[in-house]
Amino acid sequence: MKQDKTIGNRLFDIINNSLLLFVALACSLPFIYVVAVSFTSPAQVAQGGIILFPKEWSLSAYRYIFSTDTLMRSMMVSIYITVVGTFINLVFTSLMAYPLAKRHLRGRRTIMMGVLFTMLFGGGLIPTYFVVKALHLTDTLWSLMIPTAISAFNLIVLKNFFQQIPDGLEDSAKIDGCNDLGVLIRIVLPLSLPAMATFGLFYAVGHWNQFFNAILYINDNTKWPIQVLLREIVILASGRIGDTNIDDAEIQPLTIRMAVIVFATLPILVVYPFLQKHFAKGAMLGSVKG
Amino acid sequence: MKGAVMRDLIRDRWLYFMLAPGIAYFIIFKYVPMYGITMAFQDYQPYLGFFDSPWVGFKHFERFFGEPQFWMLFRNTAILALYNLIFFFPLPIVLALMLNEVRSSFYKRFVQTLVYIPHFVSWVVVVGIFYMLFTTENGLINEFLFQLTGKKIAFLQDPEWFRSMIVTQSIWKEVGWGTIIFLAALAGVDLQLYEAARMDGAGRWRQLWHITLPAIKSTIVILLILRLGNFLDSGFEQIFLMLNPTTRDVGEVFDTYVYVKGLTQAQYSYSAAVGLFKSVVGLVLVVSANWLAKRFGEEGVY
Repeated sequence: MKQDKTIGNRLFDIINNSLLLFVALACSLPFIYVVAVSFTSPAQVAQGGIILFPKEWSLSAYRYIFSTDTLMRSMMVSIYITVVGTFINLVFTSLMAYPLAKRHLRGRRTIMMGVLFTMLFGGGLIPTYFVVKALHLTDTLWSLMIPTAISAFNLIVLKNFFQQIPDGLEDSAKIDGCNDLGVLIRIVLPLSLPAMATFGLFYAVGHWNQFFNAILYINDNTKWPIQVLLREIVILASGRIGDTNIDDAEIQPLTIRMAVIVFATLPILVVYPFLQKHFAKGAMLGSVKG
Repeated sequence: MKGAVMRDLIRDRWLYFMLAPGIAYFIIFKYVPMYGITMAFQDYQPYLGFFDSPWVGFKHFERFFGEPQFWMLFRNTAILALYNLIFFFPLPIVLALMLNEVRSSFYKRFVQTLVYIPHFVSWVVVVGIFYMLFTTENGLINEFLFQLTGKKIAFLQDPEWFRSMIVTQSIWKEVGWGTIIFLAALAGVDLQLYEAARMDGAGRWRQLWHITLPAIKSTIVILLILRLGNFLDSGFEQIFLMLNPTTRDVGEVFDTYVYVKGLTQAQYSYSAAVGLFKSVVGLVLVVSANWLAKRFGEEGVY
């Protein structure tokens, strides 16, 4: 868009761009602060003051974290439910979305209505809890993966996406002797890789950030995902991780807390730049009504 | 006729086979709990289950509506929702409009990348960071305040600050992400309209008012409906994490109350009744907001 270079226009741009810079910094500086403090020596933190770049570097917080079993175990739990859970999500969602994309399928409308209704009304916390309990999923990691296997919203978006794939491609595969499952696996899914990557990311972030279901369904603290442990350490500010006390002379509780936050956020921040291009598109895909 | 149905079913057998796990999922984890709502009308005994527990009618509802807590929960939920509507809802629109005015695509992408990040971190991390920043013990903000004014503010314990903190967190986490849908709508505006407006002598404010805003009007309406429909959902995880004994009076909402009564105090039927009340009000809100939108000539959500 070419605009006239009047003083008013330039002023507008300068003000607009500076305001945006302020917003961008407000969104990112807290993370920089957290990372910086986590790498700062206990002595400097004890002095107080504002730290955006450590003057005295120290890995003591991380050394401490890695020395505890609890944190590494929680990390493994989170990695496990993220990988396996996301796989389950993608398989369940695409298996259901594909048949629903076929206009000739009998009962399709009824099933769609059934799915839509779950977006408007639900049984609520307590009845759902009892269903999960009755299935003996409580205190297992399955309780964090199976009850959230399909998101109705993602299902509908994926169904609309599948509908856009030209029928001709699928017909020719069928003539070559593929059944519907074969068509999905060999033709449709490879064509939908960007969409699958986007949904995969959204589901994976959901699993990684999963906190409340774990509080509900899991009492056994050896099966806690990282977010639950994070709450114990940072928000409830319990002075210990597992069996070891934080309030050791050598260590600063503040740096430990910051380091745990970094640890619980790192995987997302590492993956984020690679997927940013895709997810913006994917989110728009979802925003188009269908 | 019957033969035709059979033929279709047989032809599509693979498709039905593929549907089976998904349908089973929705029945077990969505529809069985809906049936399970019956427990709100029972004195639910876990060993008897949804089917055999004794029926008690509206006992739990009567108790709930009679409790002073009811109005506290109602007020807290409504005020938080209102705060979110007034302070949070317009901001992604404003931010999207500002981003839309940026001419350097590099700078635009730079800002977008940074403002999206908070959306991807968990509520535990967001609340954790806020704790670190706002606590009176060496919190960055309080250190700053102390150097300026010599005083500290107990942002996290003071009930006066609770709602502001909740809204600030929501804004921080989601304002950037919220722009995506408006940017998508803005991307669809015909550039010739701006050209024509400039020919007619419209400045940037005029263009904004007469072209850009009308272009995203229907998106704004749809999102407003969605928000009204979820009026009672005040971000359960966030509030759960932010609540502490000193802020309970202003912060306890229907969702957290259901959790506390149901799962920590084992009053299953009572809290299921509270949950049902909330769900029904929510459903009524969605349906009426949608109806309203259609009355005003907008598309509605469904």
